[in-house]
Amino acid sequence: MSASLKSYTPLHSKASTMTKPWWWARLFGRSLLYIVLIGGAIIALLPFVWMVLEALKPNYEIYSASWLPTHFEWSNFPAALTTLPFGHFFLNSAIVTFANVIFQTSSSTIVAYGFARFQFKGRRFLFLLLVATLMIPYYVTLIPVFIEFDKLGWVNTFLPLIVPGIFGNAFYIFLMRQFFGSIPRELDEAAMVEGAGPLTILFRVLIPQSFPAMITVGIYTFLSTWNDFLNPLIYLNQMQNYTVAVGLEYFVGQYSSQWNYMMAVALLALIPCILIFFFAQRYFIQGIVVSSAEK
Amino acid sequence: MQKRPRSLKQQQARYGWAFVSLWIVGLVFFGLGPIIASGVLSFTQYDIASPPQWIGLANYTHMLHSSVFWQSLKVTTIYTVVSVPLGIIIGITLAIMLNARIRGLRFLRTAYYLPSVVSGVAVAALWGWIYNPDYGPLNAALKAIGITGPAWLESTTWVLPALIIMGLWSVGGSMVMYLAALQQVPTSLYEAAKIDGASIVRQHMSITFPMISPVIFFMLVNGIIGSFQVFTQAYVLTQGGPGYSSYFFVLYLYENAFEYFKMGYAAALAWALFLAIFLVTVLLFWSARFWVYYEDTSLWAG
Repeated sequence: MSASLKSYTPLHSKASTMTKPWWWARLFGRSLLYIVLIGGAIIALLPFVWMVLEALKPNYEIYSASWLPTHFEWSNFPAALTTLPFGHFFLNSAIVTFANVIFQTSSSTIVAYGFARFQFKGRRFLFLLLVATLMIPYYVTLIPVFIEFDKLGWVNTFLPLIVPGIFGNAFYIFLMRQFFGSIPRELDEAAMVEGAGPLTILFRVLIPQSFPAMITVGIYTFLSTWNDFLNPLIYLNQMQNYTVAVGLEYFVGQYSSQWNYMMAVALLALIPCILIFFFAQRYFIQGIVVSSAEK
Repeated sequence: MQKRPRSLKQQQARYGWAFVSLWIVGLVFFGLGPIIASGVLSFTQYDIASPPQWIGLANYTHMLHSSVFWQSLKVTTIYTVVSVPLGIIIGITLAIMLNARIRGLRFLRTAYYLPSVVSGVAVAALWGWIYNPDYGPLNAALKAIGITGPAWLESTTWVLPALIIMGLWSVGGSMVMYLAALQQVPTSLYEAAKIDGASIVRQHMSITFPMISPVIFFMLVNGIIGSFQVFTQAYVLTQGGPGYSSYFFVLYLYENAFEYFKMGYAAALAWALFLAIFLVTVLLFWSARFWVYYEDTSLWAG
């Protein structure tokens, strides 16, 4: 591929055959671009529109294939939420998600600090090990970890969904270490001269500089925990413990043709993710930049 | 006299270990420990209630002789082979179009990205309804333009295409990655190509593609690993049906572990999955030298 790139550096001969595109060809190209892009955007957004419209359909219109409800049935939302204890499910999801965001963000930051700023024997090896664990599919550890939690008697509690997060997440540790690497060491040293210990340096120097990266980690943790299905599915089998994902799956199985209620609950389950996206758009991109710069 | 610097160094090391130890504990209990346990478990028969029994390679030979195993592998492979390249092609095409200077860019980018923000059961429920053959909006739309839509998730022919389309809905996530890569490509390259009289297609083939090939490579590896592990959609929407036509590999693993409590066999399946992913990854890394262009060639010189 590098060869084909080089072939463009000698700039001769072909230049004479170059023709300026005619204005109407340009106009045609532009219009086509807009039509394709707007068409695609409509396709991308249509499922959301369908979802909202269906969530507002009155019960007697479920079996009409029309997209539009004759009137907006707002009472679908309270009705749907009370078919199953969805208030409970949302609370459970909120507890598990909140705990994970706090634990995973803080512990990944602390571990990354150890990797980024301290010299010790075996550090390189440990970091290599950390990166290697990123390659292991999740399913290899799934079964022994399940047996572990089962023997501890933690099945049907939130502990299996929360405790692993206390020890950090390899990907987020990696991300935070890369970010710490971009903060000049002179800042640490200046604080050290003034007598600051390692913890003071972490909290007073590094963390204030790292809010964007920490928010990115927090958002990723939020989305992956909130949307997680497999873990709550295998660990929670009493309805009062269900998270939204498991509760919704149960609903889909029980009320398979009550689509208006199904869409109402699904919509409510999606809203936290969409809100976070709109309020924190730039942090989504931040994570992409940090992670892609390293590949 | 020599003690002071050494003790400072020791102190450094102690702090380092103290901070990292948090992760090491996690690694023992949720990483390396379980990995070893899963390897051992794969040679046993174990239903949790009674102690595990050593059965040697029986799980693995059973796997190779099981038609369900091969069917799940086939479904997963077809899904991967179709959805990953399609995702890359659509992602790059969108990124190139959205890299142009046009009106409403912010809105368009948001529109394409938004579906990738949502995932999980709620999205599966949404598509389950969209694909409903009689009352779903998709077939209603097709009917309006004179096409009788298929039964989608209830059809052995259409169930995989339906799941692939559903997966492509969130292509915006990878589009953003390509967009970020495109913005790193120096515009001087395109200007030089234009002077040479290269067509738009030719410019993209000879400049865009090589310049963003590291990102394509990254997305290819990630995409394959991800699609080998499809679970939620299949579990919620089809349970692997109709017949076994959407019986994904991980669904097979899940059912063995948590419905039949064949923990040993499921562990063996997990290792088969790991082996498959490992082989594909090695193959891709080997192929990279032929098509991935790194500006810093010293990376490949050694």
